[in-house]
Amino acid sequence: MTAVASSAADMTSAASTMADSLSEDTTNDLAIEVKDVTMIFNMASEQLNSLKEYFIKLVRHELFFTEFRALKHISFNVRRGEVVGLVGTNGSGKSTMLKIIAGVLEASEGECIVRGNIAPLIELGAGFDLELTARENIYLNGALLGYTKAFIDEHFQEIIDFAELPDFVDMPMKNFSSGMVARIAFAIATITEPDILIVDETLSVGDVFFQEKCEKRIQHFIQSGNVTVLFVSHSIEQVERICQRAIWIEKGDLRMDGPVKEVCEAYRAQFA
Amino acid sequence: MADTATTSPVVQSHAKNETEKDLFILHQLVTKDFKLKYRRSVLGVAWSVLNPLLMMIVMAVVFSTMFAAARGGDIPNYPLYLILGNITFSFMSESTTAAMHSIIDAAPLLKKVKVHRFVFPVQKALFALVNFAFSLVAVALVMLWFRIVPTWHIIWLPVCLVLLVMFCMGLGLLLSALSVFFRDVMHLWSVVITAWTYFTPIFWSINFIDQMHPALQVLMRANPMYNYLAFMRDIFLYQTSPSLQTLLACAVWAVIALALGYAVFHKNEHKFILFI
Repeated sequence: MTAVASSAADMTSAASTMADSLSEDTTNDLAIEVKDVTMIFNMASEQLNSLKEYFIKLVRHELFFTEFRALKHISFNVRRGEVVGLVGTNGSGKSTMLKIIAGVLEASEGECIVRGNIAPLIELGAGFDLELTARENIYLNGALLGYTKAFIDEHFQEIIDFAELPDFVDMPMKNFSSGMVARIAFAIATITEPDILIVDETLSVGDVFFQEKCEKRIQHFIQSGNVTVLFVSHSIEQVERICQRAIWIEKGDLRMDGPVKEVCEAYRAQFA
Repeated sequence: MADTATTSPVVQSHAKNETEKDLFILHQLVTKDFKLKYRRSVLGVAWSVLNPLLMMIVMAVVFSTMFAAARGGDIPNYPLYLILGNITFSFMSESTTAAMHSIIDAAPLLKKVKVHRFVFPVQKALFALVNFAFSLVAVALVMLWFRIVPTWHIIWLPVCLVLLVMFCMGLGLLLSALSVFFRDVMHLWSVVITAWTYFTPIFWSINFIDQMHPALQVLMRANPMYNYLAFMRDIFLYQTSPSLQTLLACAVWAVIALALGYAVFHKNEHKFILFI
């Protein structure tokens, strides 16, 4: 699914997208390549969740699906170290795009090539089992993110310190508040410099102080220049503040792709 | 996501390859299940030994008194016969039932993080194997009680377990994939397990089969669980090597189940996210 294939076509498309002239190896410089991605959902007229219903419909030839195109021929490239904001109104396909990039959803057509490991901050703490203690969850979540055991051992204290929850390490996480869960999740996902960081509205969790701390850490990643950041937020101001470039997806179409100022202005203009 | 070797920093933060990652996940998931199973129980892991022993005692009493006729003949070392049948069958029933729910239970995770989906059902078979190891302690206790000295034939045990794990994994993969699309499978499977319990000689004598209709006899002997039970009893109770027929049947079922389970799972796994 994430096979890395370099071809002449990639080179040209990469060169045309960005005006950066230093291109020793243009293909390798791309962290994310989205090539003509179309996502089609078959929306059954009603949800069929039982065998009986399914066979009845099958026999009666009533298995009709209405096609819904969540994404239509989307193509863009993101270079390593770029900070890209995705904007668009609700239901326009931003989350679908992110899921395809994160590798949990397969595109119906086209392909998406991702180079490097992804730290998904989409809804923090998805891999937690709240019956387990924070310590156990850190190992479980770390494993799911692809960390090695030795690495977690080494950085365990660091994770706890960042989350500022040293007194609750051996407490079952069901007793945690949602803010505390988010702290732990953020700390694990960002303990190492990921190649690609996907931030989806996650900065709105936790208290103000922790939000600032999270944003500082993301800024730190951005400044390092090695981390590619995909940022999704409904706060257009936040996108403008953090990102360099923005991609506007509207009703499944790629409406605009360019410098953050221009895109955000155009995005705002539609409401005016 | 796949090959990060070229870009990873000096400290090895991420697993070298997908296999290493999957193994660590499997290890963590098995540990998790194990901890959750015994959390807040006073005797903890001792239950894994006690449970099969107590079940054996209950069934031994029931089928030696009230339903003695149901045994269909006299069985020497009946408690050992029972416990071997019980633990082998529950290995299958527990692992497949757990595997069936595994994908749906992992839904929040599968929607967010890219993980190999097969780890969830496969993990359940491995967890059942850990439990099985404890059940074997119970078997050892029973053998000690009845002064049955194990013979060299128990070196067949790894072979039996590998085949049984393959069979259960395959079944688990199949069920986990099917249940994503049709939740009915979950309700149906408990009925199937109950029927299967009675059609497998767990508490009744295999001689009983000889009195059945010839067609039914074939069916009863083709039953995969019949063969896995026969294998276990051969090496522990009858202290012989398993017959070629048993060995073959076990192996064929293991391969069929795993191939079918894997094929169905693999063909449909990319669609899971749309249904969970």
